[in-house]
Amino acid sequence: MAARFPSTIAAWRQALEAKPRHNLPSLLANLASAIDRCNPGLNCYIDWDGGEVQKALGGIDPEPRPGAGPLEGVPIGIKDVLNVKDQPCHCASRILEGYISPYDATVVARLRRAGAIPLGRLNMDEFAMGSTNENSAYGPVRNPWNKDHVAGGSSGGAAAAVAAGVAVAALGTDTGGSIRQPAAFCGCVGLKPSYGRVSRYGLTAFASSLDQVGPVTRTVADAATLLQCIAGRDPLDTTSLDVPVPDYTAALGSELGGLKLGLPAEYFADGVDPEVTRAVRAAIDECRRLGAEIIEVQLPHTRYAVATYYIIATAEASANLARFDGVRYGARVAGQDPLDSYQRTRATYFGPEVKRRIILGTYVLSSGYHDAYYLRAQKVRTLIRQDFERVFDQCDALLTPVAPTTAYRLGERIDDPLQMYLGDIFTVTANLAGICGLSVPCGFSTTGLPIGLQILGPALREATILQIGHAYEQATNWSAQHPPHGREAIQS
Amino acid sequence: MNAPVTYKVSIGLETHVQLRTRSKIWCTCPNRFGRPPNTDVCPVCLGYPGTMPVLNAAAVKQTVCAGLLLGCTINYRSKFDRKSYFYPDMPKNYQISQYDQPLCTGGAVTIEVDDQPRTIRIQRIHLEEDVAKNVHFADVSGVDFNRAGTPLMEIVSEPDIESADEAFAYLQALKQMLVYGGITDGNLEEGNIRCDINCSVRPVGQQELGTKTEIKNMNTFKGVHRSLTYEIQRQIDVLQAGGRITQETRRWDDERGVTSAMRSKEYAHDYRYFPEPDLVPVVLEESPLETWRAALPEMPAQRRARFVADLGLPPYDAEVLVADKAVADFFEAALAAGAAPKPASNWVMTELLRALGEKEWTLAEARITPENLARLLQLLEEGQINTPAAKTIFSACFEQGGDPVAIMQAKGLSQVSDEGALTAWVDAAIAAHPKSVADYQGGKPAALQFLMGQVMRASRGKANPPKVLAALKAKLDA
Amino acid sequence: MDVRYVAHLARLSLTDEEAGLFQGQLQHVLDYVQELSPLNVADVEPTAHALPLQNVFRADEAAPGLPHEQVMANAPQARNGLFMVPRILE
Ligand SMILES: [Zn+2]
Repeated sequence: MAARFPSTIAAWRQALEAKPRHNLPSLLANLASAIDRCNPGLNCYIDWDGGEVQKALGGIDPEPRPGAGPLEGVPIGIKDVLNVKDQPCHCASRILEGYISPYDATVVARLRRAGAIPLGRLNMDEFAMGSTNENSAYGPVRNPWNKDHVAGGSSGGAAAAVAAGVAVAALGTDTGGSIRQPAAFCGCVGLKPSYGRVSRYGLTAFASSLDQVGPVTRTVADAATLLQCIAGRDPLDTTSLDVPVPDYTAALGSELGGLKLGLPAEYFADGVDPEVTRAVRAAIDECRRLGAEIIEVQLPHTRYAVATYYIIATAEASANLARFDGVRYGARVAGQDPLDSYQRTRATYFGPEVKRRIILGTYVLSSGYHDAYYLRAQKVRTLIRQDFERVFDQCDALLTPVAPTTAYRLGERIDDPLQMYLGDIFTVTANLAGICGLSVPCGFSTTGLPIGLQILGPALREATILQIGHAYEQATNWSAQHPPHGREAIQS
Repeated sequence: MNAPVTYKVSIGLETHVQLRTRSKIWCTCPNRFGRPPNTDVCPVCLGYPGTMPVLNAAAVKQTVCAGLLLGCTINYRSKFDRKSYFYPDMPKNYQISQYDQPLCTGGAVTIEVDDQPRTIRIQRIHLEEDVAKNVHFADVSGVDFNRAGTPLMEIVSEPDIESADEAFAYLQALKQMLVYGGITDGNLEEGNIRCDINCSVRPVGQQELGTKTEIKNMNTFKGVHRSLTYEIQRQIDVLQAGGRITQETRRWDDERGVTSAMRSKEYAHDYRYFPEPDLVPVVLEESPLETWRAALPEMPAQRRARFVADLGLPPYDAEVLVADKAVADFFEAALAAGAAPKPASNWVMTELLRALGEKEWTLAEARITPENLARLLQLLEEGQINTPAAKTIFSACFEQGGDPVAIMQAKGLSQVSDEGALTAWVDAAIAAHPKSVADYQGGKPAALQFLMGQVMRASRGKANPPKVLAALKAKLDA
Repeated sequence: MDVRYVAHLARLSLTDEEAGLFQGQLQHVLDYVQELSPLNVADVEPTAHALPLQNVFRADEAAPGLPHEQVMANAPQARNGLFMVPRILE
């Protein structure tokens, strides 16, 4: 079924070019009413009241500018963890109540430069800590394919909004799979760029050595377009790489001839839902049919990845979240001295998962435990990195499932943090190794929930994984499916 | 009765020095003092969500130059770490500092106390960020983040200092060198240099150090001296009374002149250091280091030696002039403008330093320029003015500024050497005081001084004294 | 793990209920991460960063900060241009 509404960057641009004079305001107004209708059910936008669209409409020139950027007039949803000037940035936490950001994150500034309109605050797990979006102070996001299921996390709002057609595209963030996993759960495309490829300035840090900003889109081509606009060195982020940004869209074709793709045995072991394995295997066959050579490879330290990740990520988070003390911004509870005020403020306004992770991270860094936990994890991180270095000598990219299961039922894992963490096993490795990863839809379970294929590439080889994802996407029609709780289904 | 036990003192100082840079260490906010609260701040130095530090190259260079001046080993590779503790003056509730890989290690400062040279070893120098300033009111405290993010260098000494006098001399020497190196302004009033003291005593003969106490946040050298004098005696008294020293942090009460244990209920510090993921390591190659080394300014000791050897100044003069870099710079500029070394040294040491002391001014506040002084000395040398007139002109230059010649003319201070005028005054004095003339001619030379005074008075100080003397003698001896 | 002590280091006060819940949950996680213990990592360099970067600096140039009014607009409590906190005891 052909889409009635422009649900991709490409389609939006096309619609704009058809009738430049009046189309942008009406396209935006139309999108706003779609959000009005879908959001109460999905909860993908925080504090949505449509006022932002009115504000955006007031500020835009309906005439396209001469030499307009590649995103001219395109609204892009923004995960609530990214700072946008004069907007709140809650990070889906109550502790940032009242905070108005005085600055644009570099990725947001780059979107604006490309002509885009940053639109809305997309729901997420509080401070990006979670894999289901149930850890949001603003309530869980529901999966547009089945509202009894989670959208995934932490960029659940971004994935649900894009899948539901109520965001043309979005920026998410990925610390351990937070873009790829919700994209897989919701049936859209998610790209985690290599560490250093995209500036982190303005991204409220969860784990600074693992965080990256990336696109959540309906198509691989859109992901390439968005990455093109946000990638590259930023003088405000010392860890952004000063390496030329290739033309990502130029690499997109329909052939995979000459590429060697690896299947890491550890990602196809027991414990993966057979429906997921079946869909991913079928996708691998499709890639072979498109001309790729498929080989078996080993990543022997994969089994240590979740433990390593949760030690390093929580350690960094414990320091990153120390600044939320109610002195300079955000919520505060009074106290008899500063210490008392801090303890009450943080106890009152942080949610339980954030507290758990802060305590865990504080513990693994504390005197007497630092070497046994944190230092050891840093060393195992080296082993995991070396695993990938070895396999990327043998192949151009890896094909794996994004997650061992489809989207959980709401509440299914909320009481068992460890079970929740174990679901991140296939995504945390890319963050630990600093490599890039793409999630593309590759089928549905018998219950109608989307399944994602993960394509992992070496550092800075986003062009390769986009090329693979695009060719696969073109050969299948998963991306053309529209969920029952999305705009196509409910907007007349 | 046993012989009284004598005690050996071991003091280590952690000296925090604010670096002289244009901008802060992680952001482009100006690095300056004295602005209204919270006006030199931005999202980075306020620790806003999403912000990241970007290392100021000048802060690294200044720290490394300090290391070069103190003879430290400059580490090829260093990195930054997060040091976690919660305090309202900490924007991020962690301080970005350097834990196990500082920029500099080793080195020493040589001091002289009671003519005894002593070497105080330096353990390390690392670079970190300064914190905000807390202001206390009756029931609340306020925080001003202007200072947060000022580049701060911490110089950690070994516990080689053995007395309050040595601690004072160490800080003076350190300050002198760092100011000479252009690394800090060294303004104690503005908090440019602050230090934490570790102090312990032990009976002579005992090998291991005694239990130490820490005195935090001292911001005057005099305070360091006084607090140490007190603390050393306190520890000795405790030990002599058979007690034990508790390892603790103490606070110096400047008004009461005592240290007292801080009533902090805080758990033992657990800083939870880990590598700062927002910054990348610093790797210092030999070639930039050589360039920096070659460009290091002259140090006080070298300058003193040069003043003695090349300018022929007495060692005492050299010492006094060099003590304050600004004063020594002024002196050398006066020489460059034509002044001779010894007279310039005399005038700087006496007139200039006295005037600065009287006004409690820094040299920057005085209006006199080195060129003014050179010109003034030239007028004196040429006999156009006498010494009292020169002092008058100096005062005017010092307070209001201006060209000495113009001041001399405006005030009518030029010395009269004109024969006709002199002869008239001399003749008048001789005519008015026949008794003195007779006394002199009768063999009382003191009478000549009296006549001389009469001439000077008549000329209102402007007569050239050697010429007056010559003229009087010519008349009376004839 | 002494959850209360660690929470104190992190400036979090916990209710008894939370302390009990977290104690169990985190002990579970800590037991799990013990699986790193058998690995021999004696000769492995730690990875703090997946990046090969070094020496990234900023030139020492100053620019004005944020307007004071904007800074104080975010302050939970302010007076006379200062951020107010409960009295700090020394
Ligand atoms: Zn700043």
